[in-house]
Amino acid sequence: MKKNKNDIIIDFKHQQSAHCENGVTSGLLRHHGVNLSEAMVFGLGSGLFFSYMPFYKLNGLPVISFRPYPGMIFNRVCRLLGVQIKRHKFARDPQKAMDTLDETIGRGIPVGCLVGVYHLTYFPTPYRFHFNAHNLIVFGRKNDEYLISDPVMEDTVSLSYKDLKKVRYARGTYPPKGRMYYMTSVPEHYDLRTAILKSINKTSRHMLNIPIPLFGVKGIRYMARRMKKWPEKFGGRKASLYLGQVVRMLEEIGTGGAGFRFIYAAFLQEAAKELDRPELNDCSLEMTEAGDRWREFALIAGRIFKGRSSTEESYHAAAEILLDIAQREERIFNRLKKISKS
Amino acid sequence: MKKQEVPQDNEGMLEDKFRELCYAVNGDGKYVTVHSTGWSPKNAALRQAWEEVLAKADKARQAVLAGEKSVLVYYMELSIMDVRLLSKYTGIPGRKIKRHMKPAVFEKLDRETLELYADAFRISVDEMTDISRIEKKHEEE
Repeated sequence: MKKNKNDIIIDFKHQQSAHCENGVTSGLLRHHGVNLSEAMVFGLGSGLFFSYMPFYKLNGLPVISFRPYPGMIFNRVCRLLGVQIKRHKFARDPQKAMDTLDETIGRGIPVGCLVGVYHLTYFPTPYRFHFNAHNLIVFGRKNDEYLISDPVMEDTVSLSYKDLKKVRYARGTYPPKGRMYYMTSVPEHYDLRTAILKSINKTSRHMLNIPIPLFGVKGIRYMARRMKKWPEKFGGRKASLYLGQVVRMLEEIGTGGAGFRFIYAAFLQEAAKELDRPELNDCSLEMTEAGDRWREFALIAGRIFKGRSSTEESYHAAAEILLDIAQREERIFNRLKKISKS
Repeated sequence: MKKQEVPQDNEGMLEDKFRELCYAVNGDGKYVTVHSTGWSPKNAALRQAWEEVLAKADKARQAVLAGEKSVLVYYMELSIMDVRLLSKYTGIPGRKIKRHMKPAVFEKLDRETLELYADAFRISVDEMTDISRIEKKHEEE
């Protein structure tokens, strides 16, 4: 355990965000003088996605995700804006992981860390599953406590050396292995308008054109078709757990509501203004409607696992909403794809 | 979602540690951020996931009280850990963990090994080895 080191406090302004990776990205950018909102960062990072992978299981439940692989948002935004970054991973050396962190904050640089939430002491207990893709910013150390800006929290928090090391070395699926990252240089000028169009094009392609039916709108349709058969195939209990899994992923801490659909709609509004393209406001409106449909889906699902509605029929109704959502999102992204090319 | 529709169904899931940030449209149709203390379907989904964990833990608890399994099995279920994950956290090989699931073997474990386990379960060694603590069913906190 490190002792008798001088306190380090970086002048970092904490700002709460819905999603951790957006928050870390916009927080670090802001610190380096680039002011972009969470929604803008999310949009630029093509953060909206859908995937349903029933053969890949986590705690016996299928993997359903409303976002791309962890780290993608940060990487894409930095690449689009020309931000230079430095990444570290210390597969077997926690001591070195902590030393490098100390050394980096010692140079006055706030550092993003990938952590697991299971041992994250300040996090609400009901949310402390073995989830290893949480991000936070370390911006100093005071009296042997690390100063933490966790984007989902309203205020800054702190972690002891031992606890920070523990969460950086959480185990299980996708272990963080002490991963940390920070920005080394941020360009004075960047082309936001081109970046926005590129990112919209990328999101549209991901939602429409991945030639595997598990992703994007095809993935939503695929899950909907399977969902109709869940009660018959798995029986009531397991089917309801599957449905619970969808709702948890849809509304987990950080989606900003409705599986990121509302954050993306907020991004489209900002994009409309930035590019002076009012048709993007229409897309935003339609995206909000799609988000509202996702919430209707969650309400029906909620009634099922609270045991307040007859199942077979309700699974069918829930799946029908998903099919409608798929159609809406297909329409939206076809339109967005055209806009992004013109 | 409209600003005034952002749900405030506080059912203690966030333990009042923070409020979540949500995105919603205001009266002019512009997106703003609004705090939420929770949403009922989401709370229900989370509760359901824990009920499943607790049901498994309760089965293990009964096996422990019946002397069939060591208390390790109970805390593994409660911590949602399988042998593989517990092995990763403790550095104890899986085959040894499997042996430690037997009450007779577990009773003879040294303090150091017990500490590795307790640490992974986020409790103290005394709490872990005190069987009277699990005589009553674990309730959601």
